[in-house]
Amino acid sequence: MAMLRNITIGQYVPGDSWIHRLDPRTKILATMALIALLFLVQSFPGYGFAALYVLAAVYVSKLPPRYVIRGLRPLLVIIILTLTLHIFMTDGRVLWQWGFISITWEGLVRGAMMGTRLVLLVLGTSILTLTTSPIHLTDGIESLLKPGKPIGIPAHELAMMMTIALRFIPTLLEETEKIMKAQMARGADFESGNLLQRAKNLIPLLVPLFISAFRRADDLAVAMEARGYRGGEGRTKFRELQFAVRDGACLAGVTVFTVVVSVLF
Amino acid sequence: MSITVENLSYVYLPDTPMQKQALFDVSVHIDDKEFVGIIGHTGSGKSTLIQHFNGLVKPTSGRVLVDGVDLTQKGVNLRAIRRKVGMVFQYPEHQLFGETVFEDVAFGPKNSGVPDAALEDRVREGLAMVDLDLDVLRERSPFELSGGQKRRVAIAGVLAMKPAILILDEPTAGLDPRGRDEILSQVQSLYQAWDLTVILVTHSMEDIARMAKRLIVMDHGRIALDGTPQDVFSNADKLRSMGLGVPQVTTLIHELHRRGLVQRRDIFTLDEAESEITRVLELKRHGNA
Ligand SMILES: Nc1ncnc2c1ncn2[C@@H]1O[C@H](COP(=O)(O)OP(=O)(O)OP(=O)(O)O)[C@@H](O)[C@H]1O
Ligand SMILES: [Mg+2]
Repeated sequence: MAMLRNITIGQYVPGDSWIHRLDPRTKILATMALIALLFLVQSFPGYGFAALYVLAAVYVSKLPPRYVIRGLRPLLVIIILTLTLHIFMTDGRVLWQWGFISITWEGLVRGAMMGTRLVLLVLGTSILTLTTSPIHLTDGIESLLKPGKPIGIPAHELAMMMTIALRFIPTLLEETEKIMKAQMARGADFESGNLLQRAKNLIPLLVPLFISAFRRADDLAVAMEARGYRGGEGRTKFRELQFAVRDGACLAGVTVFTVVVSVLF
Repeated sequence: MSITVENLSYVYLPDTPMQKQALFDVSVHIDDKEFVGIIGHTGSGKSTLIQHFNGLVKPTSGRVLVDGVDLTQKGVNLRAIRRKVGMVFQYPEHQLFGETVFEDVAFGPKNSGVPDAALEDRVREGLAMVDLDLDVLRERSPFELSGGQKRRVAIAGVLAMKPAILILDEPTAGLDPRGRDEILSQVQSLYQAWDLTVILVTHSMEDIARMAKRLIVMDHGRIALDGTPQDVFSNADKLRSMGLGVPQVTTLIHELHRRGLVQRRDIFTLDEAESEITRVLELKRHGNA
């Protein structure tokens, strides 16, 4: 149960570091630069530079490093799976063989690269969500998507949906925990039994959870209408996003770094 | 059944930036068949404390003993404990899930191993304790009942397990005054009829003062006051500093007492105050005549 609350992806940690104060668009673009970099570089020194980039970001963000690393936990299975698949499934110079299972040098190299790539990807994106409040994040996405409006990208609607979804993740987790506790107090068991039994045991959790989600959605819709919400058309903003000098500096630095590293390595 | 808490501390989300210590070195003993009220400002740790009483929350440090059994030991049968320690959560109607009222109320007793043949009686009894009739509601969906009825069905779901200790976390939150009085008087009669230990968490001094023999006041994760309502309310200033009040009637009676107009100080309800004041006035009139 406590596990539910250990999910750090999408969790915003308020703070007042240099990164926290950057414009959300800058942070989104910088994250995209990292993603591009990770897919462009093909050698270990390249990954080294990418790792440096991520480490520098963690350092500047003043987030507790252990907390950032904890964000990897839910993805551990996927990372290990990728690693093993690459190690065992790549052809090349054989280093070790047992029956039909063999480890090749090429497999080891590719596995390590893939693993690093995934780890850096997750760490990099979690720095974005850890330092940017959901509202800023969606404002940023909306503003970046706006140029796509003429070709039919519903920027405002997408951003609003994201805001709402992000806003309700913690609420639903909290609700889940509460209902779980209430049913456990009535002797419910969510931990033992075979798969079918377990699925059946979830009914007393899922039914109230769905009901409460619909109730919340309904309340929210009414509240939004009552406050005159009618989509993005002609809507003005209380917080206008504003690029500052540091954003320019950051973007310039990131662009140069990405281009140089991906060309050289 | 008694509950003993020794040096209990609890931290939510340890080792994260959101870390929050909710309880600090709390020690308390609740005896068999006591009726205890737990009050405190919002966030003072009431819910956290009571969720230790049936092992839903594990102490960060310290011990919790229910009837001598240490819940922090490995291999404790928590389901057996939860059968004996019934817990009604805040807004219990949010936990309803059954297609029918019967199914929902029978969930607890069924999980605690009551044979099918005896379920009917358990459900009937549980519902009766909250003034609901099984024959009327049996096949009804709990979701089509009124808010107050839903709440009572949810409480019946806990009562049907026949706990020896009943813990209620703000059972009257969000009810109108009439619904509130009904639930509270049902708890009161349960206490008498079933020989229960009752622990009632609330924000409302008025509610608790006339029911509980003992009040525990929580403040910032610690027990600030513990004693009879009379003892606790004599610390009016301390209570106010914790964001709590003394029932208005009690403030009035204390003032009258201070001026030597009434003898008693242990009055917490309007009805009692009225009869005491009338009595004194009657005496005066006769004295003057
Ligand atoms: N699941 C949780 N995760 C993190 N922190 C929590 C959690 N539940 C409670 N807290 C924190 O622990 C402290 C005590 O909370 P608790 O719910 O025990 O208070 P309470 O006295 O029951 O309050 P209320 O009267 O509002 O119900 C609060 O500061 C709260 O923010
Ligand atoms: Mg509470």
